[in-house]
Parts: sequence; C-alpha cells; structure tokens
Amino acid sequence: MAVLDHAPPPFFKRGPAPLALLSFYVAFSIALFVLDLRFHALDIVRQAISLSTDPLQRLAQAPVRMLTEGSDYFLTLESVQEENRSLQAAQLAAAPTLLRLEQLEAENERLRQLLALQSREKAAGQAARILYTARDPFARRVYLDKGQQQGLIPGQPVIDEGGIIGQITRVFPFSAEVTLVTDKNQAVPVQVQRTGQRSVTFGLGNGQVELKYIPANADVQVGDMLVTSGLDGVYLPGFPVAKVIHVERDSAYAFARIIAAPLAAVESHTVVMVLHPREPLPPRPPAPEAESGKPAAKPARAGN
Amino acid sequence: MQASHKSSRILQPVRPWFIVLSLFLALLLNMLPTRQWPAMPDWVMLVLCFWSVREWRKVSMGWAFVLGLAMDVADGAALGQHALAYVLLSYGATSLSRRMLWFPLSLQALHVLPLFVLAQGIQLLIRMMAGGDFPGWEFLLSPLVTTLLWAPITLLLLAPQYRPVERDENRPI
Repeated sequence: MAVLDHAPPPFFKRGPAPLALLSFYVAFSIALFVLDLRFHALDIVRQAISLSTDPLQRLAQAPVRMLTEGSDYFLTLESVQEENRSLQAAQLAAAPTLLRLEQLEAENERLRQLLALQSREKAAGQAARILYTARDPFARRVYLDKGQQQGLIPGQPVIDEGGIIGQITRVFPFSAEVTLVTDKNQAVPVQVQRTGQRSVTFGLGNGQVELKYIPANADVQVGDMLVTSGLDGVYLPGFPVAKVIHVERDSAYAFARIIAAPLAAVESHTVVMVLHPREPLPPRPPAPEAESGKPAAKPARAGN
Repeated sequence: MQASHKSSRILQPVRPWFIVLSLFLALLLNMLPTRQWPAMPDWVMLVLCFWSVREWRKVSMGWAFVLGLAMDVADGAALGQHALAYVLLSYGATSLSRRMLWFPLSLQALHVLPLFVLAQGIQLLIRMMAGGDFPGWEFLLSPLVTTLLWAPITLLLLAPQYRPVERDENRPI
C-alpha cells in the first residue's frame, strides 16, 4: 500500500512552481496598483508599511541633511548679521501695511456685519518643514515632518511666504505628503486678480501651471496675478497662486492657452505653513434643473 | 579569477545574514534624496538581481515583492509599481541564472541589461497608462547605469565567499 502513495519525500519539496508564483505575484501587484490608483482604497496599507519605511528613510536622509546643514553652521557671522539686517529692513518696510491691516480687518468685519454678509474666515495654521522630495518621477510631491500625530488631515492647503504650494493628499503617522500645484493631477480654483475672472489651474508637470477653460477672447494678460477664488471650500480666497507668463490665442481653439509660473518657492526646500481646514461651506441650494454641474475644484487626487 | 562557473574555484556557501544586510543597505541607498539625478542606479534592483541569479533558492520573488512594496511606499509611487517590476526582474534573473554564469562578467552584464530595461520600462508603461507625468527619457538611463555596476557589485558581494576554509595565521584574509 505504501507503493501506491506517490507523494515525493519531503526533502524534494520546493514549494509552488516558479511560474505559478510569478503569476500570483504579478496578479497581486496589479490588483494593488488598480486599487491604489483607481479607488484610493489602500491608504491604510500604505500607512502601515510607512511605519517601517519612515524610520529607514529618515536614517538615509540624515547624512545628507548633516552635509547641507553643516555648511549652514560654518557660515560666517558676517553673513548672518547681513541677513539679519536685511530681514529687519524688510520687516520695517512691511510695518505700515501690517499696522493698518488689523484696523482694516476690523473695519471690514464691521462693514460686513452692516451689510449682513457672512464674515470672512481667518487664516491660521501650523508651521512644518519639508523633509524631502518624493523620489517618484511621475508626480510632484514633497513630504512634511508632521503627520497624524500633529493633527494633519488630507485636504489641508500648504503655503509659504510667496503663496500656495499645494495640498496635503496623504497623511502618515509622522509625516504627510503634499501634492504640489505643479502636479498634473492637482487643480486649484483661481481667479484673475485684475479682472475677477474665475478659472482653474492645473499643473503641467514641468514646474508651471496652466490656466484652463478660459475663452480665447478673455481679458488675460502676461503679468496677471492668479489668486485662489475660495469656491472649492478648501483654499481660503485671496492667496496668490501664480503669475501669467505666456498667453497664446489661436482662433482654431475655443480656449486660450495660458501658462503661469507659481509664485511660491514650490520646488525648493523651505519651511511651510499648513493652514487649518476651512469651515464647511453652507449647503448648496437645490439646483433648478437636473444639470447642476460638478464643482470646479476636485480635491487633489480625484484626478486620473 | 572570475566568479563564474568556468573558474575551478569552489566558493564557500553564502551566509544568510549577509544577503539580508546587502538588501537592507541597497534599500537605504535607494532612499537617498536623488530625485534631481534620474540616472541614479536602482540599487535594490541590482542587488536583488544579483542574489536571484546566485542564490535563487534563498532570494526569489517573495523578497522581490516585499522590497517592491517598501520602495513603493518610500518613493510615494503607486502601490504595486515597484513590486511588479521587481517580481518580473527576479523571475527573469532566476531563469537566466543557469546560462549566464558560464559567461565572463562583461557578458553577464549584457544578460541582465534587458532585465533592468524591462523592469524600468514596465514602471514607465503602467504609470503613463494611469495618467502620470512623463518623467523624460533620462528615466531609462538608470538601467544602463545599473548594468555598468554589475561587475563591481558581483566582485563585492562574492568577496566573503572567497574566504579560505581554514584560518591561517600567516594569511591576511
């Protein structure tokens, strides 16, 4: 009866055949890929894996940071004093505006109350440092040194002293991922400061943004400032986003091709400010017809 | 002295902790902030390919998959992108291993070049299909640089196995 038992002795066992293993892993990878990019359903898996990769990554960055910050340490006293002087001068130059700003804000608030308008939200946030640029060459993202533990949530806008940098798209326990405004899938609802015309900017992937869906005969000039319109309920209105650097009108197309350069130091390492999420907008009034249209601004990763 | 099947030298067995250590160091090297140099070699790809050729019973697709997921999260790439590339690379390397080890190192490098190009190309393909930015053709320089490192990494990672069996007081190694 033992002869009928054809199972090989255990020391010949080598697990499944390579081709079977390969098909299993390939199918698994593709399933992960689709779930992640199409349905954004794997953020919890990502957070779990990041718990082990995040310390490694900080370890790998440590020597690089020591080199870059070590050179700061050896800066001469003179250059620091020089910088200090120029900062004081800049502060002095900004003082008249700042001093009047508070009074103007109070006045604005009173006038709005008189007119029974909704009061403006105040911008507040917490400072964070950019840890590193994501190595993924297919997207434009950076990582901040604060995360869930500091109360960051996806969707918060990130600014620096020049304007909008981007939006938090993923949070990890100790870091957060910011998709820059220059990313292809990042849309920011803006308006042209000079004329008040509303539109949406999309990243081009090469460090610039494009103003889309503006009619070819619209009044947009080179040098126009684009500021957030605030219609999306994500960005507060009035933050500078980009400056128009190129306008191309071709009568063959319905829309003008308008390229703008971001005003914030989007692609360089700086200290940034993460703004608190906005209060939710009042509910939308019921649409008169069935065709109400989608909101102009998709929250960041709704692209693809 | 070449580390191929042609040499009559019998190597010592590899130590498992050395494999783990080399893969770990490769992972650390890959995590350096090298975004502005697209031609940087993919160290994990290189070391993983080496062990898949040399020690395919110890390092194979399971390792490739786990390392790939780690790279996906570390890079901020789509989950499964590196995992898929590394698994295919590991499979290809293992199936080539019986053949390529009979060749000298320069020809071995030519064997692994298509594997590296395939692994990088498949990442490019699936990310472009998913609507990513085009990273530029220099993205495909990385497999070439990785291939150039095949000979040095072979000599480096095989060095511990050239130890003599008995210790000798008069011999330095």
